Amino acid sequence: MKLNKTLRVATAISLFAAGGAFAETITIATVNNGDMIRMQGYTSEFTKQTGIDVNWVTLEENVLRQRVTTDITTKGGQFDIMTIGMYETPIWGKNGWLVPLDKLPASYDVNDILPAMRNGLSADGTLYAAPFYGESSMVMYRTDLMKKAGLTMPEKPDWDFIRKAAAAMTDRANEVNGICLRGKPGWGEGGAFITAMSNSFGARWFDMKWNAQFDTKPWRETLTFYKGMMDESGPPGYATNGFNENLSLFQQGKCGMWIDATVAASFVTNPKDSTVADKVGFAIAPNKKGIDKHSNWLWAWALAVPAGTQKQDAAMKFIEWATSKAYIELVASKEGWANVPPGARTSLYENPNYKDIPFAKMTLESINLANPLKPTVDPVPYVGIQFVAIPEFAGIATDVSQQFSAAYAGQQSIDEALAKAQALTNDAMEAAGYR
Amino acid sequence: MARAVTSRRKIINTVVAWGIGFLIFFPILWIVILSFKAEGDAIRTPIEVLTAPWTFENYSIVQARSNYSMHFFNSVVISFGSTILGLIIAVPAAWSMAFVPSRRTKDILMWMLSTKMLPAVGVLYPIYLMFIQLGLLDTRTGLMIVLMLINLPIIIWMLFTYFKEIPVDILEAARMDGASLREEILYVLTPMAIPGMASTVLLNVILAWNEAFWTLNLTAANAAPLTAFIASYSSPEGLFYAKLSAASVMAIAPILILGWFSQKQLVRGLTFGAVK
Repeated sequence: MKLNKTLRVATAISLFAAGGAFAETITIATVNNGDMIRMQGYTSEFTKQTGIDVNWVTLEENVLRQRVTTDITTKGGQFDIMTIGMYETPIWGKNGWLVPLDKLPASYDVNDILPAMRNGLSADGTLYAAPFYGESSMVMYRTDLMKKAGLTMPEKPDWDFIRKAAAAMTDRANEVNGICLRGKPGWGEGGAFITAMSNSFGARWFDMKWNAQFDTKPWRETLTFYKGMMDESGPPGYATNGFNENLSLFQQGKCGMWIDATVAASFVTNPKDSTVADKVGFAIAPNKKGIDKHSNWLWAWALAVPAGTQKQDAAMKFIEWATSKAYIELVASKEGWANVPPGARTSLYENPNYKDIPFAKMTLESINLANPLKPTVDPVPYVGIQFVAIPEFAGIATDVSQQFSAAYAGQQSIDEALAKAQALTNDAMEAAGYR
Repeated sequence: MARAVTSRRKIINTVVAWGIGFLIFFPILWIVILSFKAEGDAIRTPIEVLTAPWTFENYSIVQARSNYSMHFFNSVVISFGSTILGLIIAVPAAWSMAFVPSRRTKDILMWMLSTKMLPAVGVLYPIYLMFIQLGLLDTRTGLMIVLMLINLPIIIWMLFTYFKEIPVDILEAARMDGASLREEILYVLTPMAIPGMASTVLLNVILAWNEAFWTLNLTAANAAPLTAFIASYSSPEGLFYAKLSAASVMAIAPILILGWFSQKQLVRGLTFGAVK
């Protein structure tokens, strides 16, 4: 009798333990953007398929970056999947901090990932993060104001046209600014925009010996053009405007043109939030006449598995599910094709249902036009278009963008800003051992 | 004549005081207003915001998306827990410095205060590594310890100031009547320092509640308090002002209510001994 009871208790305990073992839980650190939030809503589908539970830790982009960097460099093991960008992936991959994604099944169809995204998320030819959503940058403009100005936007405008159109569309009395661009300090804000713009003027951050290049003519031309155009046709206080400020201005009908992330296209054409939803056209980001590089950038939010995780298999399963063709179809079936995560897979842009989305074609063209391996005219020792994929870049570029913003605001001249940028960049690169 | 001037001055003072009070309170008021507006309306001009229809939509979205009760529970445990832990250490420390000072007491007090001058990020890595070794990452216990250590200098300084106001003769009389050290602190000193201790507790609970560096950096899915809850609604790419405002209101409401009900005690404690 006693033995029987003991056996029953033992069986119950082992069943409980087995149940616990099956109910594996993974923790994912992620950013707060529409696509990632949408994915959180569909997590139950993944749990239903695999039996794996998911804990989400959603943080603001910069907080997330600091949080996951601390964890991965100390092998804290707090996260089984991290949402990281194109800047971190090659650096972390090279350092051996990420699990290579080289064992994905054939059904995943890794070759379907857009080549630009695959290159940007690889180090030495190995893919380290799977893109969940990708973007470039492009011109978004008001078709009604362009028509009123008597101009027609070409598919690939140059900077001279953009400046002329901006001046023609500006109507200060009605609070309409011809053009809205980022000027806010920060490597991911104004710093990203001006770096991408400088490529289209033939400028570069470093020569092949890692010497800063802010004392060259193309950089001076870039800043002079930017400030001249923004003083003529930009909104007041543009030196402190970032993505959100410009989005708000555009949605309220206060910008004739806005050059920014392709993801913004879905926001400005959404009639629920935008007052100009039915009056928006799209074009490739401009270049300087005679320069074969455009000012569009390339970015992806991607899912990666930190090398320290104890739940590698479960994490891989989640990545396969979240970045698969099937996930895109799941979102399309529930919320329509306009709401699927863009910019990651070739098959999405071949889908006849998606081709009807007004900004789909221009987004794909912009992504395909971006080459992080050859971002500007002259050769460079780095990878990246609106950033330089070295660990020191975030700090240096934030300081440089502060100098540029001070020049936009009229607190110092362009020459002073460039001289300071040159000195601080060279100092930092010397301290880091590049020079 | 003199009375007329006084009442005019009173009116001016009252208006100025209310004006300043309103200015300070205005950002919170605006957050509350935005939290009841649709996302598209929240970015419009102030007049358009005020005339736009009111909605509870943001609160229901935030409720559906986040586990508010878990974050709230963590905030309560961490802020009150760290304050209680701090008091256990600070009361005897402040007692000894106030009533049995040594030659180095002033230096020790200054040294403790100087630890507040070190930027938190400077010790992030050492503390993170210690937490990994001790298994304290993403635990409420770990956060209680860290926040207690951060606020300890303030608790000791405040209690020291209050204790200094208490006549030492009363404590000596208790000792003459045979009170032990424990009885002296518990039954004589503490009741007399209650207003000061109450304001110390309140201030430290507020500081711990609002702390957003360590609570974000040392937590993940389990111990994250309301600061992490707010951080999940902020985004540099996408306008989520209305939802962010709703999340902010839900995060600050408990501590605002606590502050509202205890403001008398808080003001009394903070001005304790100010006028002699």
